[in-house]
Amino acid sequence: MSLSVTPKAANQIRKALQKRGGGVGLRVAIKTSGCSGYAYALEFADAPAAEDLSFESEGVQLLVDAKSLPMIDGTQLDWVREGLNEGFKFNNPNASATCGCGESFAV
Amino acid sequence: MALLQIAEPGRAAAPHQHRLAVGIDLGTTNSLVATVRSAVPTVLPDEAGRLLLPSVVHYGDEDQVLIGDAARERAAEDPGNTIASSKRLIGRAMADVRAGTLAYAVEALSDSAVGVRTRHGLKSPVDIGAEVLRALRERAESALGGPLVGAVITVPAYFDDAQRQATKDAAAKAGLNVLRLLNEPTAAAVAYGLDHADEGIYVVYDLGGGTFDVSILRLMRGVFEVIATSGDAQLGGDDFDHRLAAWFAAATGDDWGAQDIGALHAAARAAKEALTDRLEVRMSCRRADGTLESLTVDRVLFDDITHDLVERTLGPVKRALRDAKLRPDEVNGVVLVGGSTRMLQVRAAVKRLFGHEPFTGIDPDQAVALGAAIQADQLAGNRAGGNELLLLDVSPLSLGLETMGGLVEKIIPRNSSIPTARAQDFTTFKDGQTAMALHVVQGERELVSECRSLARFTLRGIPPMVAGAARIRVSFQIDADGLLSVSAVEQTSGVQAQVEVKPSYGLAPDAVAGMLMDALGSAEADAAARMLREAEVDARRLLDATEAALHEDGAQLLQPREQLDILNAMQAVADLLEQCAESEGTSLDEHKGLRVALRDATEGLNRATTPFAGKRMDARVRQALSGQRVDQLAA
Repeated sequence: MSLSVTPKAANQIRKALQKRGGGVGLRVAIKTSGCSGYAYALEFADAPAAEDLSFESEGVQLLVDAKSLPMIDGTQLDWVREGLNEGFKFNNPNASATCGCGESFAV
Repeated sequence: MALLQIAEPGRAAAPHQHRLAVGIDLGTTNSLVATVRSAVPTVLPDEAGRLLLPSVVHYGDEDQVLIGDAARERAAEDPGNTIASSKRLIGRAMADVRAGTLAYAVEALSDSAVGVRTRHGLKSPVDIGAEVLRALRERAESALGGPLVGAVITVPAYFDDAQRQATKDAAAKAGLNVLRLLNEPTAAAVAYGLDHADEGIYVVYDLGGGTFDVSILRLMRGVFEVIATSGDAQLGGDDFDHRLAAWFAAATGDDWGAQDIGALHAAARAAKEALTDRLEVRMSCRRADGTLESLTVDRVLFDDITHDLVERTLGPVKRALRDAKLRPDEVNGVVLVGGSTRMLQVRAAVKRLFGHEPFTGIDPDQAVALGAAIQADQLAGNRAGGNELLLLDVSPLSLGLETMGGLVEKIIPRNSSIPTARAQDFTTFKDGQTAMALHVVQGERELVSECRSLARFTLRGIPPMVAGAARIRVSFQIDADGLLSVSAVEQTSGVQAQVEVKPSYGLAPDAVAGMLMDALGSAEADAAARMLREAEVDARRLLDATEAALHEDGAQLLQPREQLDILNAMQAVADLLEQCAESEGTSLDEHKGLRVALRDATEGLNRATTPFAGKRMDARVRQALSGQRVDQLAA
């Protein structure tokens, strides 16, 4: 069981938490919706919940609830720039298909 | 892959909902339904894993209706109630249907539609098409797990308004919302993703089981435009089977009975398909009496007996190129569609003509359905912005209006991209004319009598004005599905009238081809007739105007001698006009002689009336100026 971030992503998460002025880490969540079945969501975490699993990568704390983990086990979170856009990108080995817009995936 | 940002807890944006939309290739022989799943277009199979749904409907006992393979299995035992190839009947009139070629009873449903007599009563091609579409809709809904937002349905490029409308009616009956009707070759180009290819000219060569279509597309700045289409409605893979079957029958004693035809064709088809992968195959067929015949067929022989069929496909290709004013070497790529393009001699012929290898990466049976699915996905709003693909189709024949003298004024020329709207201003011909009859025609000829009449309507309530003063704007609109509406508005008063051209007529694909050939062959005669008619219209207009002027001012302004000159010139023109009226069917030279004489006489009348016109002008100016001071005029 693992979840990790690249150094670039870790940098961005730290900066975002600093700018916000609080929070213990980053919550990685899965929602059942979207074109291909599941969608990712990234939220600030103020405190871990009871069913959360916690990972530490590149000095950043990542929280994910136990139910979601199987879908994203092994995922590495990266920070990329595509043209004028920049943001987080999921490199999820479990995803078998990604929808055209990229907001959702199937396992 | 979209890039994510971090959100406040509980505020993460829900991703957009996927709207279920499908593309349907409603074929003559087989139909398919496809959808875009996870950005990849895929053909949806039935529970048994079959992709192709035979376009066959069987009307069984006790209200039972079978569709697809189950229906096709009944064809032999109950041909009268098993309807195949109903696409050949849709939107067609009895006169267009070659009843002898069908295994079931076709009768006229109305002047413009046919029906099939079954044990469930008289079924229209729309009813039958709706059964096939319903089966595809149910297949899609069970595979996708929800109701469909809509569907893109493909139709042959040559389908006319009536056939397109009937296809839409069938879809509505099947509970499908039609997002768009799309030409089959256009859909295939989309499947190949040519929108991401280099800009330039692409040709889609579609040889199916029973029909051949060719389209020429221009890709510019990511936008497709279909710039020409052509085809042959009676040419397809079945003809190749016939050739092979006929050769086999002849080579094995020619004593095959009518009951062996099915087996012969099946054997021919199998041999044809095997020859794509092998240099030679063994073709065998068992007679109804049990004796087995077997012969070796090789590619050379197959090429030999089907050479002229392959050549026949090149005619429409060259015609479409000519319409688009292009040479074969200006084409960037050729897409092959339809199962029959698997035949190697077809690929070789295409390569010879264009000088490079055609695209064959996508299963030629699926390309149309896959392209329709991509288009449906976009129309349903599942693509993010900036990824829009705009598809433009063309009208197969020119559309126009009848004008004075039975001439056609073309408003939308043939091969215009659609949707389109064009307007042209017309005016009245007679003083005080308050109504105008509009006659919408379709065709390439110059004379109305040689074109096809689509609709007639009348614009009433034009305010009385002198001839030529009214401004009547006539607009022709063809929507994205190829359906026409025409409206006329008198600009000063705003009175208007319009007509929707609905499927009251049916124009068979071969009729379209016939009308085109006809137009090419008679270009010279048409031009001569047109020029004569124009001369007649000019002459009559001048005659009317002179008559009105003489009546008004002749007595005051002209000497008796001058009046006589004008009357003589008028008589000369009137005599020639009478001769023109009787000139129907005379030779080209006589037409020309008459036209020259009429032009001279008209010119003569013009000269004779020039001083009169000058005097009238002076009189009007004097009238207007009398009693006014010079400084007022300058203001």
